Amino acid sequence: MTSTPPSTDAARQGPIILPLGDSAVSVEFGRSIDPDMNEAVIALAALLDAAPFDGFVEAVPTYRSLLVAYDPLVITGSEVEALLRDRLTGGDRPARPRRLWRIPVHYGGPAALDLEDLAREKDMEVAEVIALHSGADYRVYMIGFAPGFAYLGGLSAALHTPRLPVPRQLIPAGAIGIGGQQASVNSVPGPSGWRFIGETPVRAYDPARAAPFLFAAGDALRFTPISAEEAADLAARRDAGEEIITAEALQ
Amino acid sequence: MSLTVLSASPMLTVQDRGRPGWRQFGVSAAGAMDPGALRLANALCGNDTGAAALEFAGFGGRFKTERALRFAVTGGACDIRVGDRLLQPDESHKLEPGEVLSIGAMRGATWGYIAVSGGIATAEVMGARSTHLRFGVGGLDGRRLQDGDSLPLHDDTPGPLLRAPAPAPARADQPIRVLAGPQDDYFDETILARLESEDFSLTAQRDRMASVLDGPDLPAQGGHDIISDGTMPGAIQVPGSGKPIVLMAECQTTGGYPKIATVITADRPRLAQMPTGTRFRFARVTRDEAEAALRQAAGALDARIAALAPKPADPFASDYLLSCDLVGGIFDPEALMEGGPS
Repeated sequence: MTSTPPSTDAARQGPIILPLGDSAVSVEFGRSIDPDMNEAVIALAALLDAAPFDGFVEAVPTYRSLLVAYDPLVITGSEVEALLRDRLTGGDRPARPRRLWRIPVHYGGPAALDLEDLAREKDMEVAEVIALHSGADYRVYMIGFAPGFAYLGGLSAALHTPRLPVPRQLIPAGAIGIGGQQASVNSVPGPSGWRFIGETPVRAYDPARAAPFLFAAGDALRFTPISAEEAADLAARRDAGEEIITAEALQ
Repeated sequence: MSLTVLSASPMLTVQDRGRPGWRQFGVSAAGAMDPGALRLANALCGNDTGAAALEFAGFGGRFKTERALRFAVTGGACDIRVGDRLLQPDESHKLEPGEVLSIGAMRGATWGYIAVSGGIATAEVMGARSTHLRFGVGGLDGRRLQDGDSLPLHDDTPGPLLRAPAPAPARADQPIRVLAGPQDDYFDETILARLESEDFSLTAQRDRMASVLDGPDLPAQGGHDIISDGTMPGAIQVPGSGKPIVLMAECQTTGGYPKIATVITADRPRLAQMPTGTRFRFARVTRDEAEAALRQAAGALDARIAALAPKPADPFASDYLLSCDLVGGIFDPEALMEGGPS
């Protein structure tokens, strides 16, 4: 996976580096959503995290480009571009361990606001919606919008559903959502126009935790159905300070 | 020992240099809207540059302290009083227990800073004390301060009352400099030209996250939706409404609107400090010019801070009075970045 070269026409010509003001550049690998392109973005981010240059501040992987922020009082933009070109052509991409999160989901309860409506709209049984949603492999393309909010690709086409025209005012953290072609785990309580089919006791973001954020771009996710009782038990253990989820290493 | 907020202005928060390193997880750095003014306020109080202070918009509020402290207000001209005494910004002053510090409206600027000796000691969250209002992170419970709030303070060390040299002449009427892009190719040449040839103004829709501008329409021939990518403070997003939005300290980390241009780091504080309704122009510069402007601004701020001088023991000494700017004048925050000791 990590050594797969970008496959789209735009990417084949090589990434372009665009200034984003005088303290960041955007390394753009293409203008479409594609897992291989996203992997190339994340590989460059991993390379920078492993061996940051002087003046490097942070890198932000998104679907098809990497934002690289730097301190312009330490390094100039043209020096940053030269360094990035070297790394892009270096070819020594380290194998990046990929993490898999198995997210326990109770498909039901107060957060499953749209589960039955969605089944009706799709002319499916609720059990079919659950089977489709929990049967797919998801990829974290990027984190954005809210702290720890993961944009997930991999949702079954049969479950693609437009967002609500008017967002709901308050969706709890842990709500399991569908927005267009994407899936999500709500990371903080707040308004959302996504459709919601269940809830997980897992918190994608907890500022009090030693590692406040669970997911990173490039992670794999699967959803595992659990009962209301199991969800309540896990939530109680979480509230008692127990770590209720760990990532598995993928080959 | 603590500082009590007797009455809070509507946008009073704890801020420091910000919280870099978390953008990849969806959290922008936050931090002061005018980082140079915060740095000056801390320096006047003998604090480290990383100390936390209060940031306010428009006017400050009223405060009292449990222990004697030194404080300084920076960012622009404003009324500062302890009891009946009218005090100057860009200087440190004493505040004793039992006295009330009142900070009124700013003139010709928007964001003010109140540093106290020792610094504010609210808990660090993810490595910083800055309040990120949108996500409720940092500061005091992640929120704006309210009447009656009590802020813990670090112990201070004794030090002199200091005064900053006057800032260099303002560049208030100069354009706000930008670098084109990263999505300038979504706009055709006539639209890009509009960015420089027409006036823009700051609307009242502004906060720590972003400022909505009024000005000519900027339709994007490439469309107003991009596949969401990374954003930074200073980026000028153009949504379908055509009204540009300049992202600020607490901006979202990713966005789906094309970014026609990005305000250079040296000019961002000046844009932030402009009063609502101010009309201004943009001017495109090269990245080399932007970097040179930033080095110049940083050097000028370093020089101004290096030239902080103890205030005379007798505040009514005539040479001191002569050196004070008693007329007031419109303070320009740009001068704070660009100005050296005069």
